[in-house]
Amino acid sequence: MTAETRILRLHVNGSDVDVAAPSHWTLLEVVRYRLGLTGTKQGCDKGDCGACTLLVDGRARLSCITLAGDAVGHRVTTIEGLVTKDGLDLLQRTFDEAGALQCGFCQPGMIVAARACLDAKPEATRAEVKEALASNLCRCTGYTKIFEAVEQAVRAGRAAHTNGPASLVGDSAALAGGRR
Amino acid sequence: MLRLEPFAFAKPQTTDEALALLARHGAKAKLIAGGTDLLPNLKHGLYEPEVVIALSDLAELRGVAVNGAGELEIGAMTTLEEVERAALVRARAPGLAQAAAAVAGPTQRTMGTLGGNVCLDTRCVWINQSHFWRQSLGFCLKKDGTVCHVVKGGKSCVAAASNDTATLLVALRARLTIRSAAATREVAIADFYKADGAMNLRLAPDELLTRITVPAPAPQGTWSGYAKLRPRASIDFPRLSVGVAWTTQQDGTFADATVVVSAIAATPRVIAGIGELLRGRRPDDLAALLAAGEKARSVVTPLTNIDGDPQWRRAMVPVFVKRSFLAGARGGA
Ligand SMILES: Cc1cc2nc3c(=O)[nH]c(=O)nc-3n(C[C@H](O)[C@H](O)[C@H](O)COP(=O)(O)OP(=O)(O)OC[C@H]3O[C@@H](n4cnc5c(N)ncnc54)[C@H](O)[C@@H]3O)c2cc1C
Ligand code: SF4
Ligand code: FES
Ligand code: FES
Repeated sequence: MTAETRILRLHVNGSDVDVAAPSHWTLLEVVRYRLGLTGTKQGCDKGDCGACTLLVDGRARLSCITLAGDAVGHRVTTIEGLVTKDGLDLLQRTFDEAGALQCGFCQPGMIVAARACLDAKPEATRAEVKEALASNLCRCTGYTKIFEAVEQAVRAGRAAHTNGPASLVGDSAALAGGRR
Repeated sequence: MLRLEPFAFAKPQTTDEALALLARHGAKAKLIAGGTDLLPNLKHGLYEPEVVIALSDLAELRGVAVNGAGELEIGAMTTLEEVERAALVRARAPGLAQAAAAVAGPTQRTMGTLGGNVCLDTRCVWINQSHFWRQSLGFCLKKDGTVCHVVKGGKSCVAAASNDTATLLVALRARLTIRSAAATREVAIADFYKADGAMNLRLAPDELLTRITVPAPAPQGTWSGYAKLRPRASIDFPRLSVGVAWTTQQDGTFADATVVVSAIAATPRVIAGIGELLRGRRPDDLAALLAAGEKARSVVTPLTNIDGDPQWRRAMVPVFVKRSFLAGARGGA
């Protein structure tokens, strides 16, 4: 069988993009090697590790075992897409702040999976966070700081919710100022 | 990096369209539901399809409902997460919700479907490896080779059924609706599997599983529970998979009970004689539950087809039979 290349219309990080890719390519391959979005990592490449996690319609998905053609018609969000005009996602900041990494390879997948978790459950408990991240392996940190980073985001989100947007700015400034 | 070999891709918009594609391509096609089993296997070179047909747009195959006969009907494309959370499943077949929740990890369960789990390929440490790895060792009976690395001199593949929900669905005597362009048939799930690890499904190349039907609970309730042995509490396939279902008499003692053990051989195994053994005993009588477990242990023979010392896996059978009953008791009826 020879490769059949088609134009796929994907919706990635808020924009429609047309990509020419062979029909047997995974979403991970298209994201990394056609769109140049190398934040999404290629780890085990067979569904075991979670390094390739991105969001499809807001839900965590392993892009190494998703065919690119299956993503047509759905919203794809990669780790790059969590950054908005207001800056980094709260979780990107709390992971930084909590020092929730060593080599960093698992981070994009962890942060994206944590984002899906908090979007569904803004008040997620430690147990719920652990469960939500149970498809993501980290070979370095021992996970504790990762869970702490997500809990820190839960607290910051709660503060923003009760005190209004002004405190989000204050909170994030505090977060950003903490370690530097 | 694990590359896929080239294939064409089709995403039909209706079940009829999918069936027409299957009728046209037959054995040259592979279906993809959530892809969580198909893609790793394709990357390992276990299949060589010319076309991959995606079922993801078939909304008509998704959802949980109760039919006029009080039976639970679950569309094949319902995700494992949906099965695990569905109030109807939790109320009518709690063990099925437990088994669905025990599959892989959370991200695999938002992707993976119940139909894909029922149709999961068998597993073996000698086959779920890259093409390079298998070629270096020498191919085996399941794909491209003539020998079995598990049973020396073996003439048939003994790769293990490793699908968590199948164990429980067999215990609940579920039925499967299978369609082709030409016909629709219904089969008891126990008869859907055959003792050939190379291909353990009685599914023709032009057929599609559309629905899983769980019989209505008995008037006093049908209890069901699931327990699996695995190294980590997430991601790992079962090294032992035990599903139980039972009904009770007025006084709360067992009326009938079924124990199914899997991750041993190519099909889930119904342990004979459990109903007689447990009738009249109480579901919280641990000695009775362990006796049922002993009966199961005495007839199963774990092999080196999957990870975990076979003797240890065998010794754990009574423990996991007991845990399955206790999980079922917690789930209610
Ligand atoms: C890291 C990891 C861990 C895992 N752990 C477990 C585990 O612990 N327990 C477990 O049971 N599974 C496990 N799995 C396997 C898999 O996630 C589940 O079995 C899942 O339910 C498969 O469903 P799917 O929709 O992704 O199937 P797919 O991969 O899409 O399909 C699986 C097979 O079924 C066929 N098929 C799918 N749907 C139909 C249909 N409607 N009609 C006919 N044929 C069909 C496909 O052609 C394919 O051969 C794991 C997978 C990974 C990657
Ligand atoms: S049981 Fe034997 S033939 Fe089957 S996959 Fe394993 S080694 Fe191959
Ligand atoms: S790279 Fe996708 S799960 Fe490991
Ligand atoms: S920080 Fe290295 S894998 Fe998680």
